[in-house]
Amino acid sequence: MTTLLRWLRRNIVLLLGVLVIVYMYIPNVIVAVMSFNDSSKSRNLYAFQKFTLDNWLNPCAPQGMCESVVVSMQIALAATIIATVIGTFAAFGLVRHRFKGRSGMNLILFLPMATPEIVMGSSLLALFIAVGMGGQLGFVTILLAHIMFCLSFVVITVKSRLSGMDSNLEQAAQDLYANERQAFWRVTFPLVFPGILGAALLSFSLSFDDFIITNLNSGQTVTFPMFVWGASQRALPMQVNVIGTLMFIIALAIVIIGELGARRRRKAMASR
Amino acid sequence: MNTLSRKRTGYLLVIPAAAWLIFFFVVPFYSLLASSLFDPEGSVLTGYDMTWHFANYWDVLAEYWPILLRSLLYAGIATVLCLVLGYVLAYAIAFKAGRWKNVMLVLVIAPFFTSFLLRTLSWKLILGDDGWIVDLLRAIYLLPPDGRLLATPVAVVAGLTYNFLPFMILPLYASLEKIDQRYHEASNDLYANPAKTFFKVTWPLSLPGVVAGTLLTFIPASGDYINSDLLGSPNERMVGNVIQNLFTTTGDYAHAAALSVILMAIIVAMVLFYIRKAGTEDLL
Repeated sequence: MTTLLRWLRRNIVLLLGVLVIVYMYIPNVIVAVMSFNDSSKSRNLYAFQKFTLDNWLNPCAPQGMCESVVVSMQIALAATIIATVIGTFAAFGLVRHRFKGRSGMNLILFLPMATPEIVMGSSLLALFIAVGMGGQLGFVTILLAHIMFCLSFVVITVKSRLSGMDSNLEQAAQDLYANERQAFWRVTFPLVFPGILGAALLSFSLSFDDFIITNLNSGQTVTFPMFVWGASQRALPMQVNVIGTLMFIIALAIVIIGELGARRRRKAMASR
Repeated sequence: MNTLSRKRTGYLLVIPAAAWLIFFFVVPFYSLLASSLFDPEGSVLTGYDMTWHFANYWDVLAEYWPILLRSLLYAGIATVLCLVLGYVLAYAIAFKAGRWKNVMLVLVIAPFFTSFLLRTLSWKLILGDDGWIVDLLRAIYLLPPDGRLLATPVAVVAGLTYNFLPFMILPLYASLEKIDQRYHEASNDLYANPAKTFFKVTWPLSLPGVVAGTLLTFIPASGDYINSDLLGSPNERMVGNVIQNLFTTTGDYAHAAALSVILMAIIVAMVLFYIRKAGTEDLL
């Protein structure tokens, strides 16, 4: 009994921490469970009725849902590529170069993260209307907005990776007669790459999941979150839970494979 | 490479991102300011006239001040709850997780990958009238027999807390992780009990993370309307709901823009005051 108490006392914080994680996963578990729910017989959409595999076998049955997923994928992919490229450039510029206006740049990068989405979304809408694009809201305006709010997160993620890196390594490469380009591609870039990859993954999920800014600037274009929103006001098809669960599994797989790969490389390096 | 060309490369690298943010963040905010002074008689069909109509601000303040206050209150409560939950978890990851540290960090981020709308909708099921939480609360008389959680402030605040918790955990973890464990040992050696060590050593050293985390939680929470719409009733409307409705349903751009500007102004004022109080101005 006393040993149990002592163990509890030593691990109480860890235990509470695990409880917080459990709390964070309750909704994910429910989404996964509901993806097996047969809701056809009942009007109460927020209760589990009967087990079925139909939702997984016919994920695209609800009209317009898979189209909305494709739209979201296209926007998220384009936003991720553009934001990651110009954000990575900016991070290198800010960490590796001294120039006037750096603090201004840091401020302008910080601001989008300190602005509620509803304010950013309504500002963009005001601009698009002012320049006469009010009638052409859609794919392009959504994309422009998504790149904007992904940028800050990319720069901050890559920047922290870069500034945590030992610049002596590049110095060493150059001492070993690597020219600047070789030092960059053989030493700097591989070391920063995990940061860039993380930034890209973050951008993709931010863009794919965005609702508030998108809703104000989308015109007739329907992204997946907008489909869910629209459907939740009427009758939510259970297939949306299939998409939610799939996204979760795929993202988790990417993270795990990346981590395993990094671990194997570290081991290979150590044994050489 | 000489310094001049290094400087030029610096500019070249930063310019695309800077330009993007100026065109799609700074300029839009200027448009928002301009729209907030439009003639409120305008509509999508007839167009909007710039009449320097400052009265828009009084109109929205007079009509919506209770909703503004309510938004700040809900966001404030949710932020405090996030701070408590987030601190426990961040502390556990930073000091107690050992070799599970990376795994736990991934676990904090992973729920994000399921659309947050779906996760918020699932709280509708958890807090629903025939869910076990309501049953339990009724059984121990914390709720009256016909009491409910959905469509109450409790549900909205619970949703906000849940949705913005990761924004609290990550900055807290980043600043806790930097603390040298030897400070704890030194404090122990000087006969401080664990509580004293926490309040005299850990907490002050983690303040930058606390400030960053509370801001990153409070700001998005105060503008959110998803939680109040899905989990609340019209009695829990937040300022985000109003702005969204004025823009998309009513087409009352002038008042919507004015309300947006007011929300932003309140946030900027609170952030500046807060950062000065906490003495972490170098955070920016």
